[in-house]
Amino acid sequence: MSISDQIVDSLVRNKVEFVTTVPCKQLAGVIEGVEASPDIMHVPSNKEDEGMGLCAGAWMGGKRPCIIMQNTAIGVTINTLATLTQFYQMPLPMLISYRGELGERVACQVEMAVHTKALLDQLNIQTYHFHRPEDVSEMDTILNHTFMSRKPTAILTDSNFWGGY
Amino acid sequence: MIRSDILKELVPVITDELVVCNIGLPSQELHMLDDQPSNFYMLGTMGLASSIGLGLALNQKAKVLTIDGDGSILTNLGTLPTIANNPADNFILLIIDNGSYGSTGDQPTYAGKKTSLTAVARACGCDNVIECSAEDTVATVTEALKGDKMTIIVSKCESGNVKVPVIELDAPVIKHRFMEEVKRRNA
Repeated sequence: MSISDQIVDSLVRNKVEFVTTVPCKQLAGVIEGVEASPDIMHVPSNKEDEGMGLCAGAWMGGKRPCIIMQNTAIGVTINTLATLTQFYQMPLPMLISYRGELGERVACQVEMAVHTKALLDQLNIQTYHFHRPEDVSEMDTILNHTFMSRKPTAILTDSNFWGGY
Repeated sequence: MIRSDILKELVPVITDELVVCNIGLPSQELHMLDDQPSNFYMLGTMGLASSIGLGLALNQKAKVLTIDGDGSILTNLGTLPTIANNPADNFILLIIDNGSYGSTGDQPTYAGKKTSLTAVARACGCDNVIECSAEDTVATVTEALKGDKMTIIVSKCESGNVKVPVIELDAPVIKHRFMEEVKRRNA
């Protein structure tokens, strides 16, 4: 089973029923799987902070949400993470494509990669870095942990995890 | 009429509805006029009231009214295509358009100048967009709440504010009591 399918399976297994996405090449397979899943409502958003608002509404509506996005967007979501997700104590797993890591071909992507972990750390967001394909086996535990703790968590998935560009 | 006049008239109509209310003075005014567990007050995060309202409406059955402002819609303009393409017939978005950033000192917004949010919403693909005067707002919202169709209402009113106390409720308390209300309405 592909990594993308394993991720979608884990979302369904953990009763994540609402997913919003802003695309990244690395996440294309997951986004396709989420769209095709009969167990998940998929609402693409135009910007990541908008997506976090949708997720907050979904959570208050009784559904487990997830946002799928690229690490370059961490900067524009800081206010939302602090004043909505964290301030109101809402869970939010963030499945993040970690661009700008080893194997990257676009130099500009590195510029946000060097800030990604520092920003998440500054926000006290528990962060899990998937570097090898087998790391996907931690998805279930991370999702369970996120909804238990009612906090945002970040799963950074780098190029090596996805099998290279 | 200014926003607080509209809210005052609106209270009897929305007191028992799930309301997601915009950051700053709109939430403070609603809280002062009619604090209810069915009100979700935004204490921060400008721009996301419509996104939270849509996310909520798509994921449960009860009607949801988001009270938003022109400034906040402009901040999160991407919300309108998302709303248009993911319609929830239990969702009503009321944009109180006073042409100004009320909470920060009534600086003018572009919605008060050349930009029509009604036209923008329609161009984004929203099917049911109604522009009304401040005076007609309560009747328009009442009608929309009775109906079964996602509705975007742009209420054109004057800018201006009244003195209101800040909301001292803790954010998790606002969320908790709101979620209990949502559960009760979906039981």
